[in-house]
Amino acid sequence: MAISSLPQEAPAQPPTPLLKPGREVIVDILIEQGVDTIFGYTGAAVMPIFDAIYRRIFPHTGTVPNIGPACPNCSSQCRNYGNCAANGIDKETRCLTPLFVENDMSKNGNDAGTVYKPGSQVIVDMLLEQKVETIFGYLGGVVLPLFDKLYDAPIRFIIPRHEQGGCHMADAYARATGKPGVVIATSGPGATNLVTGLATAMMDSVPLVALTGQVRTDLIGNDAFQEADTTGITRPITKHNVIVKNPNDLAQTIREAFHIATTGRPGPVLIDIPVDMQLAQCPIPPKKDIELPGYKLRPQGHSRQISMAAQAINAAQKPVFYVGGGVIISGAAETLRATAQKANVPVTTTLMGMGTYDQSRAESLDMLGMHGAAYANFAVQHADLLVSIGARFEDRVTGNLKTFAPNAKIVHIDLDPASISKNVHVDIPVVGDARQVLEAMMPELEHKPRTEWFEQIAAWKAKHPFRYDKKKDVIKPQYVIEELYRQTQGDAIICTGVGQHQMWTAQFYKFKRPRQFITSGGLGTMGFGLPSCIGAKIAHPDKLVIDIDGDSSFNMTLTELSTAVMYKLPIKVVLINNGYMGMVRQWQELFYGRRYSQSSLVNPDFANLARAFGCAGLTVDKKTQVPDAIKQMLAEEKPCVVDFHVDREENVWPMVPAGKSLHEMNGLDIFEMA
Amino acid sequence: MKHILSALVLNKPGVLAHVAGMFAARAFNIDSLAVGPTDDPSLSRMTIVVVGDDRVVEQVRKQLAKIISVVKVQDFVGQDTVSRDLMLISIACPPEKRPEMLALIEMFNAKTVDIGPKFVMVEVAGPESKIEAFIEACRPYGIKSLVRTGTVAMARQSHGKIEE
Repeated sequence: MAISSLPQEAPAQPPTPLLKPGREVIVDILIEQGVDTIFGYTGAAVMPIFDAIYRRIFPHTGTVPNIGPACPNCSSQCRNYGNCAANGIDKETRCLTPLFVENDMSKNGNDAGTVYKPGSQVIVDMLLEQKVETIFGYLGGVVLPLFDKLYDAPIRFIIPRHEQGGCHMADAYARATGKPGVVIATSGPGATNLVTGLATAMMDSVPLVALTGQVRTDLIGNDAFQEADTTGITRPITKHNVIVKNPNDLAQTIREAFHIATTGRPGPVLIDIPVDMQLAQCPIPPKKDIELPGYKLRPQGHSRQISMAAQAINAAQKPVFYVGGGVIISGAAETLRATAQKANVPVTTTLMGMGTYDQSRAESLDMLGMHGAAYANFAVQHADLLVSIGARFEDRVTGNLKTFAPNAKIVHIDLDPASISKNVHVDIPVVGDARQVLEAMMPELEHKPRTEWFEQIAAWKAKHPFRYDKKKDVIKPQYVIEELYRQTQGDAIICTGVGQHQMWTAQFYKFKRPRQFITSGGLGTMGFGLPSCIGAKIAHPDKLVIDIDGDSSFNMTLTELSTAVMYKLPIKVVLINNGYMGMVRQWQELFYGRRYSQSSLVNPDFANLARAFGCAGLTVDKKTQVPDAIKQMLAEEKPCVVDFHVDREENVWPMVPAGKSLHEMNGLDIFEMA
Repeated sequence: MKHILSALVLNKPGVLAHVAGMFAARAFNIDSLAVGPTDDPSLSRMTIVVVGDDRVVEQVRKQLAKIISVVKVQDFVGQDTVSRDLMLISIACPPEKRPEMLALIEMFNAKTVDIGPKFVMVEVAGPESKIEAFIEACRPYGIKSLVRTGTVAMARQSHGKIEE
């Protein structure tokens, strides 16, 4: 039988879509859309895109593509904000005059003890009631009524050069003192410029109250001049936010904001106040206890859970305390020290927890995590019990979650129930305030020798200290920090930007007390260093406050030098200048075949620039000059910037590559030193 | 697994945005969401259906409870609950098909709310499975349009079942 020889037509198939890595697709679409210039700033989460851009454009044209490092917040929209505020004033003053919100005073006027005042005065009164001494903020059209009242108020006002700077200053003021920071900005661009600062405070649980102006209530939603949906934009980056649309709510909203910001797990709270609310007559009801039905605090901790945790600690052969910023927030550092010493348990801290435990003690394991101490990471991986106190198992701490602390039972003490069992399964959860829980636990703890465990830890500590090449005739960044530590006797308040210099600071500056190290841990905000240094100095004028910064971080907010000059703040900036976005460059070196896509910058002469601002400026490019330069900086009465030209391609070691297990550290055997 | 979360929230502007925003920001999926006032004018009730393993849903519950304007959150999983959806459905139905359509409507204990020469509009209330079954039963006739509320639910107080 003949088989039909008719050619079989292949069934029509839809064309297979071309599969490419997402980064390539992004660049394809950009090119397809005719994009020829991109403004941007690289960072860990966008590195693949930068690599694709590099791969695509660089080889063909042979020139560096036109990718300018612009302000990451404003991108190409970046405007001279000082001028637009000045322009805005005229437009907005017009709308200030006629409008007063109808307010039926007869209805509420009978309440005993209720006083009526213009909203702007009510805000000031409420700030004074909350014992606010310092406010950071920037003017603008719709906050003019408030600023008019602030003019006569006994509150110190600090004007930054950009709202982001102001927000970081208020944040650092709060971190340095434990009191809430207060920041004010106008509507629209003023409010959007706060975004990075609010997110920074949110991730690190910093008590902050932000007051923003808003356009008149009748204009909201009309795309009015300088209108933005501030509460919409800031919802996920604040602990709570609210817009005041009724004059009767203003006073109580401000009281509630301070209550929410400072209690429980602290965080930023934003109140958006339309300009007509500032002008309307608003009641100030008598002060009473704040009751928010949706906001319950449980600081005590469940006694049975506390006992279970204590028994687990007593029974453990190889326990480790893993301590985060929550211990600083709850004021539990002393209690923690006593607890750890009573129970005889070694302590490692997160970046945010530094200063809770005296790092000179033998049972201190220093920092753990991606760039933490090898001995801290090894201890966690070998532990049979891990007691987390006020920390949240972030990915930079845990490495690969599947292999994290594989043999350990996990106790988690945290005030925020949502933090418990979010990333790792917790065996014994204790919801409560770190100080109260530790105090309740203390009587049940027994002192156990654990000789073998401490011998093992001592051996790891001896074998794998933080180290660097001290022989080479270049300025090693670690050397600058070690020398600074020596000359300041480890007593200065240290602020940092984000990147390599931040990690070296955590590794080589040994902290003694809580609130001594101010750094953006959760969000990793470059540019945090200088404004936070200013905020901390304002909080502690009698203390030595130093910003250890990287050149790229410093570039982002260095305009705040003029704030330091204006308020005569003798802050110090130690610039670890390697001419790169160092941490990004390190990742490109290690994971992207040394293709340094967009990670080097052309820097100004920072010392000269500092002098132009009215600061003192020094440049150091020889190792031998380092001690004298630091000495000179510490003696300087003006704000002072010292530009250390360090080894350009120095890396932060050791390192757990992203996604690897905590004990799989690279760089432990890099230095074969005598 | 499907969980029904019942959240009592403050009846204030922006609360829905807080809740919906949290779901989006934390990459949780909402299966359905029904919001309405309660007997207390200062409070609203949100019934949220979420699909996920117990760990995920527990995290959803905690994150919901963390929102300042959320007063109380209950997860009905493992509890004897009554849950109901409401649907309005318009079905293609020429006059000659009416008798069998009306029989179908009666079978499902549904209600005819509008009728025309070419269609019939029906109101169906009940547990989600019943709604799904009615949709399947109507599909052969041709569904012109369909609208559903999200699930609302309440835990049973007694142990007996009067109707399910």
